[in-house]
Amino acid sequence: MTPDSRRLLPSDAPVTMIDPQGEARGDVPDDATLLHSLGLLTTARRLNDQAYALVRQGRLAVYPSSHGQEACQVAAAQVLDAGDWLFPTYRDTIAASVKGVDPVEALSLLKGDWHCGYDPYEHHVAPHTTPLATQLPHAVGVAHAARLRGEPTVVMAMCGDGGTSEGDFHEALNFAAVFQAPVVFFIQNNEYAISVPLARQTHAPSLAHKGIGYGIPGERVDGNDMAALLTVLGDAVARARAGEGPQLVEAHTYRMQAHTNADDATRYRDDAEVRPWVERDPITRLRAYLTGRGVLTPAVETEFTAEAERAATHLRDGLNQDITPDPDDLFAYVFATPTPQLREQAALVADELSREVAPS
Amino acid sequence: MTVTHDKLSMAQALNQALRDAMAEDPAVVMFGEDVGPLGGVFRITDGLTAEFGENRCFDTPLAESGIVGMAVGMAMNGMRPVVEMQFDAFAYPAFEQIVSHVAKMHNRTRGRVRLPMVIRVPYAGGIGGVEHHCDSSEAYYAHTPGLQVVAPATPADAYALLRAAIEAPDPVVFLEPKKLYWSKEEIEFPVRAPGIGTAVIRRAGTDATLIAYGPSVPVALEAAEVAAQEGRELQVVDLRSIVPFDDETVCAAVRATGRAVVVTESAGFAGVAAEIAARVTERCFSSLAAPVRRVTGFDIPYPPPKLEHFQLPGVDRVLDAVDDLQWEQ
Ligand SMILES: Cc1ncc(C[n+]2csc(CCOP(=O)(O)OP(=O)(O)O)c2C)c(N)n1
Ligand SMILES: [Mg+2]
Repeated sequence: MTPDSRRLLPSDAPVTMIDPQGEARGDVPDDATLLHSLGLLTTARRLNDQAYALVRQGRLAVYPSSHGQEACQVAAAQVLDAGDWLFPTYRDTIAASVKGVDPVEALSLLKGDWHCGYDPYEHHVAPHTTPLATQLPHAVGVAHAARLRGEPTVVMAMCGDGGTSEGDFHEALNFAAVFQAPVVFFIQNNEYAISVPLARQTHAPSLAHKGIGYGIPGERVDGNDMAALLTVLGDAVARARAGEGPQLVEAHTYRMQAHTNADDATRYRDDAEVRPWVERDPITRLRAYLTGRGVLTPAVETEFTAEAERAATHLRDGLNQDITPDPDDLFAYVFATPTPQLREQAALVADELSREVAPS
Repeated sequence: MTVTHDKLSMAQALNQALRDAMAEDPAVVMFGEDVGPLGGVFRITDGLTAEFGENRCFDTPLAESGIVGMAVGMAMNGMRPVVEMQFDAFAYPAFEQIVSHVAKMHNRTRGRVRLPMVIRVPYAGGIGGVEHHCDSSEAYYAHTPGLQVVAPATPADAYALLRAAIEAPDPVVFLEPKKLYWSKEEIEFPVRAPGIGTAVIRRAGTDATLIAYGPSVPVALEAAEVAAQEGRELQVVDLRSIVPFDDETVCAAVRATGRAVVVTESAGFAGVAAEIAARVTERCFSSLAAPVRRVTGFDIPYPPPKLEHFQLPGVDRVLDAVDDLQWEQ
């Protein structure tokens, strides 16, 4: 193997910096950065669990939680500049919110008010995508356009392990490589696509190995290690920004809960499999490390918890609000200007409603 | 032959159809996303892997184009694959395979290569699903020559039509109305029902004919019930199969009443309802007392759950259309 192709291969094992006991090795990010991450993680966990509870209360249809994957969520957004773009999936509500999107707006989809509840241009967060991997070619397009327009933008393109089996994943990687587009493809390998385990998605040694076939450097990282994620993703973003082309990062993590509340994970996996992952929890780990460093004081913890509570209250209040949907919205956004046929159909609905409210 | 009765939901009837087809013919294999140990997100394949083994019912990598493409190859080599697209809109990555290969293989090879395969699609709305989970995609398939397109409206028909689809020599796109998965009825086994390509009269009536299929059949029946209370007898035709289309049954029905309303959940423009209205008008013009009316979904992307009820053709909209059929003459 040439040194050049070896450069494209990932490390033999996922990059780890802080182990589950909170012991560090390597060039760990500074305390202030990690302390900031811990604050974001605390809020992230609280929001995940609040959203889950809101499903049970009937305020959300379902919630694909990133419980246990919060370090990936926070890191994906934390390594970006305000002008950079994030392309989230349905599971990446937290990443979108760290990038600036109001989580109430991000959850409009699952509340049922409207498909995309936020303005993608405001925080450079693309509409979260459900058809798997289809957002990845868009991410390449945004990055390529940025390059043609001379902008310093980097695009973070998120994807699950299951999504890597779709054709669009492969087409996006190839396009990005051929055009040397500044994209970081970030795979959260949580070992499952609904009920289907990773072994049914790939026979490759790792998902990060998929990069080499396209000429893209691949790296893998412990997805529950905030320090390693910030380092590996941060380096990938820096290389993409410096004109070194697309990067592929696979985070090895685990889907702690069912696919969504509508799913019954007991049908396809044992609790025994889930248990060891509790010990690898990203928040416990970072907390242990920062406590050891002496920077995580009870006062700071209290502040983090209070901030997380504020975020949860905001989410609850927002999602408990019943918006009366406006039927005109059905027809308003199909085209820049509604067609004559759409205007007719809107009139029909208006007529039906006027007859409904008319006294009988 | 012993006759048995069983009260089954449409989901259970589909499961039974797969089970019986797999038991009878070792060439029948079922695969797709989450159809193995999980039994499918709607449990249509529940228990099949346990009963028939991993080679007969299995999960694939998550790639619809791959699923349908592999089914083409397996059908070319002696098997009868049944594949599941997890939801209507998630079949679109397979569109290339369906349109360019599934639909055309027979024609391209002058009938030498047949593709006896079934593409099962949980389809249409009415379940409060979020975007991409409620598409009515029948027009894409029906507009593609070479595909048979079937949509059951009752559990017994779901069983009969799925068995027929699996036995058919041609590829079948099998549309399963999600909102009817949990509807139940008493089914008599062996099920006796007409095959693919035959419409049935679900309710007799002399004043006007409602033409529906799949998810809109219960709406038409409910409308007929309400109309009857108001003194108007509506006949209801359940198409069962969009392709092949049963001109004979439909036209005989419309000629008898002289008035027709087509009810579909899918968008109206360039949709299946337009085809039906055109066919009926061409064939029954002299019997018609009024133009054929269509009650369809609006020409918009399927709306979010809170706006869904506006999109679905309901009883009132159907009866408004019936009222419009020039009764005063
Ligand atoms: C094209 C397409 N096919 C099927 C689905 C249905 N579906 C939704 S999520 C999912 C599993 C995805 O797994 P993965 O990519 O690993 O992401 P995770 O849910 O684990 O975050 C499936 C099959 C879909 N959304 N899009
Ligand atoms: Mg996954």
